[in-house]
Parts: sequence; C-alpha cells; structure tokens
Amino acid sequence: MNLKRFLSWAGIAGLFLLAGCERPPIDSVQHGYRGTGMVQVYNPRILDLTTEANVLPVALPLAPGDSPKASSLYKNVKVLGNLNNNEFTRLMLSMTAWVSPTEGCAYCHNPANFAEDSKYTKVVARRMIEMTRHINTDWKSHVAETGVTCYTCHRGNPVPSNVWFTEAEQNKGADFIGDRAGQNLAAKSVGLSSLPSDPFTPFLLGELDIRVNGNTALPSGNRHSIKQAEWTYGLMTHMSSSLGVNCTYCHNTQSFSEWKGNPPQRAVAWHGIRMARDLNTAYMEPLTSTFPEHRLGPTGDVAKANCATCHQGAYKPLNGQSMLKDFPELAQTGAEAAPTKVAKK
Amino acid sequence: MQYQNIFTTVQAVGPTHHGVELGHGNSPRTGEPVIAYWLGRIGNAQLGPIYLGGLGVASLLCGLIAFVTIGFNMLASVDWNPIQFIRQLFWLALEPPAPGYGLSIPPMNQGGWWLFTGFFLTASLLLWWARMYRRARELGLGTHIPWAFAAAIWLYLVLGLFRPILMGSWGEAVPFGIFPHLDWTAAFSLRYGNLFYNPFHALSIVFLYGSVLLFAMHGATILAVGRYGGEREIEQIVDRGTASERAALFWRWTMGFNATMESIHRWAWWFAVLCPLAGGIGILLTGTVVDNWYLWAVKHGVAPPYPTVFPEVVDPATLSGVKP
Repeated sequence: MNLKRFLSWAGIAGLFLLAGCERPPIDSVQHGYRGTGMVQVYNPRILDLTTEANVLPVALPLAPGDSPKASSLYKNVKVLGNLNNNEFTRLMLSMTAWVSPTEGCAYCHNPANFAEDSKYTKVVARRMIEMTRHINTDWKSHVAETGVTCYTCHRGNPVPSNVWFTEAEQNKGADFIGDRAGQNLAAKSVGLSSLPSDPFTPFLLGELDIRVNGNTALPSGNRHSIKQAEWTYGLMTHMSSSLGVNCTYCHNTQSFSEWKGNPPQRAVAWHGIRMARDLNTAYMEPLTSTFPEHRLGPTGDVAKANCATCHQGAYKPLNGQSMLKDFPELAQTGAEAAPTKVAKK
Repeated sequence: MQYQNIFTTVQAVGPTHHGVELGHGNSPRTGEPVIAYWLGRIGNAQLGPIYLGGLGVASLLCGLIAFVTIGFNMLASVDWNPIQFIRQLFWLALEPPAPGYGLSIPPMNQGGWWLFTGFFLTASLLLWWARMYRRARELGLGTHIPWAFAAAIWLYLVLGLFRPILMGSWGEAVPFGIFPHLDWTAAFSLRYGNLFYNPFHALSIVFLYGSVLLFAMHGATILAVGRYGGEREIEQIVDRGTASERAALFWRWTMGFNATMESIHRWAWWFAVLCPLAGGIGILLTGTVVDNWYLWAVKHGVAPPYPTVFPEVVDPATLSGVKP
C-alpha cells in the first residue's frame, strides 16, 4: 500500500468518525465579560428549524358584541362559566385546533350530549384549563406576562410530545450482576450522555437536593457525594438540551453554585424547576386514576411535565411569542372546580 | 526527502535472535520470533520473544479477571443482549457502591463487583510493576521505567483507593466505563467547586502540556538531525558528533539555552512523572482538605473578580415569600 492510498483510507476513516458531528460553521455569541467563556454557541441550521417549528397559529377572531354568559346557556360548565358565549365558543374551537385538530370536538365531548363528563379527556381538559390559569397567574416568576396556553405544550397533539414517566426499574434478574444504578445507557432525556437517565422523579416530582456544592472553602459538613452531583448534572443537561442553550446561558462557570455574576436567566430557571414540581404534584399526579391505563407509564404513573414539555428546544417556548394576550381568559383567577370523576356510563 | 517520512523507509533485517542467556532463577522467554514487515515500518520488525515469568503470568491473569468482570457486568446491564452491548459499549459501566455503603462490603450487585474488580485490577498493576522492576534489573538497566510507571499507579490508587478511604465511602471512586468515567470526572469538578482552581490540578496540566511540548521539541530535533546520524543520541551523550552539535546550536541560537543529549531525557522524564504525581496530590486534597476549590481560590486571591456585566441576581432560595 502506498502512502497516497494510506492517506485516503485515513481520510475516509476520519470522515466516518466525524459523521455524528454537526457541520460548521457554528455561531458563537458573547454575552458575558470577555475572555470568561460566557458564550452561547448556535448552529444556524438548527436555529432555522426551531424558528420554523415555533410559528404561532393564527388566533381566531372574537365575535364582537355582548352575549349571554356560558353558564346561563350550557349545563355543567364548571370553570369557564363566567365567559360570554362568544369567548366561550372561540376558546372551545381554539382548544380543538390546539389539542385535537384531527379528532375534533368528539375527542373530549360526547357528540350526543356535550355537557356530560363521560370521557376522561374532558375531565382532564377541565383540570388543564385550571392548570393553565394557575401558571399564568401564580407562576409569573417563570412565565412572566408571556404566559402559556394549551398550544405551548400540545402543538396539535392530544398528548404533548415531550412528557415524562418515572423510569421502570431495571430488570436485574436474580439481582446478582449488571446493576446500572439508573445510569450508563445513551439516554435521550439527558442529551445522550451516560448520566442518570431519570433525574425527573427525584427533582421534578420529589424535592431532593439539587445543590451539591458546599458554601465554605474547607470541609464543614457537606456530605453530598459525586454520585449525587451526577444526578444534578443529569437534570441540568436535560435543561440545557430542552432550551437549546449552553450551561453558560444561566451559569457563570467560574463557579456553578455562586449566584454573584450569574446571568439573570438562572433565577427564572430556578422558578421553572419549582413550577414543574408544583404542576406535577398538584395537577398531574391527582389525575392518575382519571387516565385510562394505556395513557399511563411503565410504573402506572401519569404523564408529567419537565422543561422540554413547553420549551421543546427553544430558549423560551414558542421563541418568546405570547399567545396569552389573545386569550386573556386563560389568565383569570377564579374558584377552582371541585375535582370531577369520569361519569360511569 | 529520505529523512522526512512518517515511516521507516529502509528496514535492515537480519536473522532473528532470542536474546542473551538469562541467569539463574529466570524462566525462558516465550514465543518464536517472527519478522513483521508492517511493524518494521513503525519500529523493530522482529516480534517476540516475550518474557512472561511468574509475575507476568499472575499480572495477566488478574488483569483478565478484572477485564472479564467488567465486561460481564456491562453485558448483564443490557440484559445479555450482544447487539446492545456493542451499540452502547462506550456508555456502559461497572459502578462503585452507593455512598450509603460507606467502606463496608456491599452485596455483589450493589458495588460488590466493583470492589472485586478493583482488587484484581490493582493486583494486576502492582504485579506488572514488580515485573518491570525485575526485568530492568536483570537487563542491567536503571529503574527509571518502573518508577515512571509507579507515578501513574499513584494517581490510579489515589482515585480508586486512598481518597475513597479518606472520604469514608467507596462511592467516591471512579466507575469502570468509557463515558461514565468521563462524566464522573466532570461531576467531580462540579461537586468540589471547579477543579481548575485546584493548584495541583494546574501544576499537573503544566507538566502534561510541558511533556507534550518537550516531546515535540525533542522528537523534531532528532528527526531533523537524522541525516547526520542524530538518532544515535545515546552514543552522542559521551561522543558528540556533528548531529548533536547542530541540534544544540539550533536551540542555543533560537532560544539562548540548550539541553544536552542526556539532560533532555531527564527533562522529559521529570515532566512526565510530575504530571500524575502533582495530579494525584490535587485529587487527594479534594474533599478531604478542601471542599470548594472556587471558594478556596477566592479566599487566597487566586480567582480573579470580573467586572459586573449582568444585573444583580439574588439566589431566590434566600428570598422570603418566594414559592417553595
């Protein structure tokens, strides 16, 4: 074999090894003090895809004029009763377009009797409207005035495409060999790294410590282990890939735990973690028995939300465009309806 | 052009030889030597014989036990699926026990296999070290090579044995796996407040990059004077020829100072050895003596303060009236 052939083979092998990489050019944008690596790295081609995926649906026009309240026209309207009929119909049509565009009204309603609660989807939808209002009024620390609507998560899917379930226990046979300790597989949830692949159950459902750093230079009783740091690292990797941003979007990597000199986004993200935890425990978990079995996860748990549920790869869901301004009724505070059970047929 | 090639262009091949007779107490060398052309392109064309001996056999056996234990744990972790084993090989690992077990001996599948593997891997390395020392002595060499190897073993032992014992938990040790041990490394730095502020880590990097620089300088120098017989550098330590003179003058005239044919090798040896020695000290101090290297660096004026760029951010957990 001569040198030329050797070099061409080496070239082919090199290209093969690089096949999994994103091609250049990549843009880098400085957003912190120079020379500190506070830089965001963007692939303009991925950015274009994100822009395309985040075009807002056109908001239906609101019929002008006054009309009677929905509660006076329809039976069994528990949370939207104070909307007038124009607003109510428009919201119902919008929800259909956002959540079940192919299935139509019948996805939630019995066509013979729209008022009855015989379908689980209607019971869930009612609770989800309450959840949306809760987010828009009580979690402004995370969603600000931009707010969320059904579309933020659903994007035309009856079940949002980014939900999570508690990971099923590894099949360990006789429990003699091969324990993965919840990690060490190429897991999508943590950006295809080998980090713990379900950081959601401990942090976005439970309240285990995310912070592992000590507050003193010398040891003073901080017993967090490196393994715990790996779980935190898994959650942070999920956040980074869900938002399409680097670590430095929120952190000054000089010190991941120090708050001084950090981008303000970190505080917003902090509230986001608490928000996801609140929604999962107060809204999703209580709905577990409402869902039919095929909608539940491998351990019989309900679908839950993490950062990707809303963000879907964008630094702000829908690239920060607000749909809420066209649907102010989703930011109303009001008495929440008593939990409903699916009516037996 | 003749002297500017990645490969050996002219191979001098003679009859294969088994080497000198070994003294009392040595086992015979194993294997009939063969001439391999492609090995000759990058080194000596004669392959074998190899000296195994009792220490070598014991070391290989221990190493094999460790290797196979890791492999079977990885295979079992993908439910004995050979395709997944290949696909996910770089992600798979054998994890140390959970921190809750402290320094006790856990059940086999909760880190017991990790301890088992660690024992045999350590035995393998130490036996191999003893074998290197013996072989060096038998050949009448200095013991520089085994001591350099010992520097690497020091770092290995700090990571997997000394530091976990000082921390009181096997869970602090490194998993056996390709990506998992890299994730562990990043998590180690994250947990202990940024290893880049650990001065011994910094020293270790100096010696690592320094080794690379010295190796490049020396390798390039010898290749460059190859046309004057410069590769016979050991002879030229005592009998400088024109190659040695020219190499020395090149560096004297470009940077003022030049090493000698002998001293450059001492430079290289110390830089290489100090890389794991300094690194090991840095790891040993982490968590045992220093918990947060960033705060340590701030305390001692090592971490520079940077001008404020962002509006002030307060830790929300310290504010009252904030949700959870």
